[in-house]
Formats: sequence, C-alpha cells, structure tokens
Amino acid sequence: MMYTADALAAFAEHRGDAIVLSGRGGRHWIGISDTVFDMPLGDPAMGGHAGFGLGLALAQPDKTVVLFDSEGDILMSLGQLATIAEQAPANFYHFILDNEVYATTGGQPVPNASNMDYAAVARACGYPSAYGFDKLEAFKQALPRIMAQRGPVFCALKVAPEVENTPIGQRVKWRKRSADKVVADLRAALG
Amino acid sequence: MSDTALSPETVIRQMRNNGVTDVVWLPDSETNWLYMLMLAEPGLRLIGVTREGHAASIAAGLFAGGRKPMLLIQNTGMLESGDSIRGWLMALNVPIVLMVGYRGYTRHGVNTDTAATYTERFLMAFNIPFFLVENDSDADRIATAFKLAEDTRAPVVVLVGDEYHGFNR
Repeated sequence: MMYTADALAAFAEHRGDAIVLSGRGGRHWIGISDTVFDMPLGDPAMGGHAGFGLGLALAQPDKTVVLFDSEGDILMSLGQLATIAEQAPANFYHFILDNEVYATTGGQPVPNASNMDYAAVARACGYPSAYGFDKLEAFKQALPRIMAQRGPVFCALKVAPEVENTPIGQRVKWRKRSADKVVADLRAALG
Repeated sequence: MSDTALSPETVIRQMRNNGVTDVVWLPDSETNWLYMLMLAEPGLRLIGVTREGHAASIAAGLFAGGRKPMLLIQNTGMLESGDSIRGWLMALNVPIVLMVGYRGYTRHGVNTDTAATYTERFLMAFNIPFFLVENDSDADRIATAFKLAEDTRAPVVVLVGDEYHGFNR
C-alpha cells in the first residue's frame, strides 16, 4: 500500500506536458501543479471521470491525457472500460487510486474490495496494457515504461485510505476554480 | 420532406449543418437506419456507450477538448442518467443537443408506457428546454435546439416522437 500524495509525486516527474485530470487525487495534485492543463474537477457526478478522460483524449489526440480515477468510480461505470478499449485512445493513461473504501463518506467498505483485481478487469475489457501496484517503489520503477507505452494504459494503485468524517459543509475547500471554469480555462488554452 | 415521418436523412443533414463532430450514443429501438447513415458520414465519429449516463461525461470531455458532440439516446436512458446530465453537462456549461427517442409517445396523449409519462416531467424538473420532432417538416426545430444550446451554454433536448418510421401514430 502507498500514500496517494507519494504516488502523485512520483508520477509528476514523468508528467511532461500531459493534461492531468486529478480526479480523486485532486486535493494532493493541486499542491504539485495547478495550471490550465491541470483539471481539478472535483466530483461532478460519481462514475464519470473515465468517460470525461476518454472524451478529452479523443478530442486532443496529440496531447497526453492522464486520469487519476478511483475504484469506486469505475465500479459504478464498468461499461466505460469497454467503450474506452473500443475507442482505444493511444494518448490516454488511466490510473485508479484504490483505497478499498468510500473515504469521503466516512470509510465504508467498497463491495468485495480486497478481492477485486482491477487490472485484470481492464485487461478483460480490452485495454492492451494494464498494471497493478501496491508498493510505491515498484510503481516508481515501472513509471517510465508505463508512460512510454501506447495507450490506453490502465494502472491500479493500492493506496491508504484517507477517511474524511468532517461534515461536508465544514471541510476545507481545496479547489481554487469552479469545475466549469476549469473546463473553460482548458478550452481557451487549447484554442 | 415528409410530413408523416421523420427520415434519418433529415437527422443526418441537421447534424452536418450544425457542425456535429461526434455522436455519443446507445441504440434506440428504431435507430438502425440512422446508424447506417452515421457510419457512412465522413468525419463523424460514433462513440458507443453501454449505459446512457456514460454519454454525458464522454461528451463533456469531448467539449472540453474542443469538439462538438451530441447525444443520441432513448428516454428510458435519459431518465436513468439524471445525475450525469446534471453534473457533467449542466454544471460544466456544456452546450449540447440530446436527441432522445420518445418511447411510448402518442399524439393523442393516451399512452400505456410510463417511459413516456415521465419524459417531459423529467425535463421540466431539470429545467432542460425541449422540442418535439415528429416528422421531416419539424426539422428546423433541431436547428433551433442547437442554437439555443449555444446561446445558453446548456443542454437542450430534441424529443424524437416518431422514431424514424411513424409507428407512434
């Protein structure tokens, strides 16, 4: 198991000029990078991050698109993995942060959490490359190879749960831009 | 032009005239003729989904990347997709037309299909503007929907009351 912040810091060294959809890693990623090519969307509607990443990758085939999704999200929308594999965006790198719980609602368990093999699921859906890591060092070593591969690439990371129990209205707001502003900023930057 | 049926050629023409680049879709009960035309349309990308709610976030990503997508789904799927439409289309100010097959629609208003019963009520609850298209002579309403979506930076629905061959009559 690794910490999300450490996994993101390791990835940052290989980011290049990728568009980063920080997804469930958003509150950590915003401390690493917060440009118009970073997309801290928060949680527009659970289960949709992979679809958004697919759409963006298809729209911008010359840009690398990286998504930090979660296991709870992809379990809500497993069918999206089939659509992503069929569309096969070569520029799409789909990471999931798997903490085995619904952390933002108090840490209730995700169904069958410890028995799921998300890399195997992705591979079975047709992703040509899929990986799973539960140790930071192994992930760090594999990152250059992962990011050098033709997408879509799937990579599941087993991370420590960071459970939030503070009432939502009292939590620290880490986002600096609204989700619609994040989209508008990217569109403007892409021209 | 037909005033008794909506032809798939009319729909394709509207897509072309309004600059649609991608159709994110799940087959409706009667869209096969339209599907064949879409496949043959140069420059139009089809993205098939396995559940209609997925189409909303995919379309939002396409829009964020500079494309002009539209959705082609059935009302049953739209009903299920409420939160995705809210979060990925409405909240992100995505100007998009959703062509929605109006399963169960009858002109006389007496239907036996609750999918039709709740379709317009759903759209009113979400405050999503909609236009009903029943035949080729209604085609200009599709163009109006595209313009309204652009002007308001929000989703607009075209309810397809004919499903391309007139069986609802």
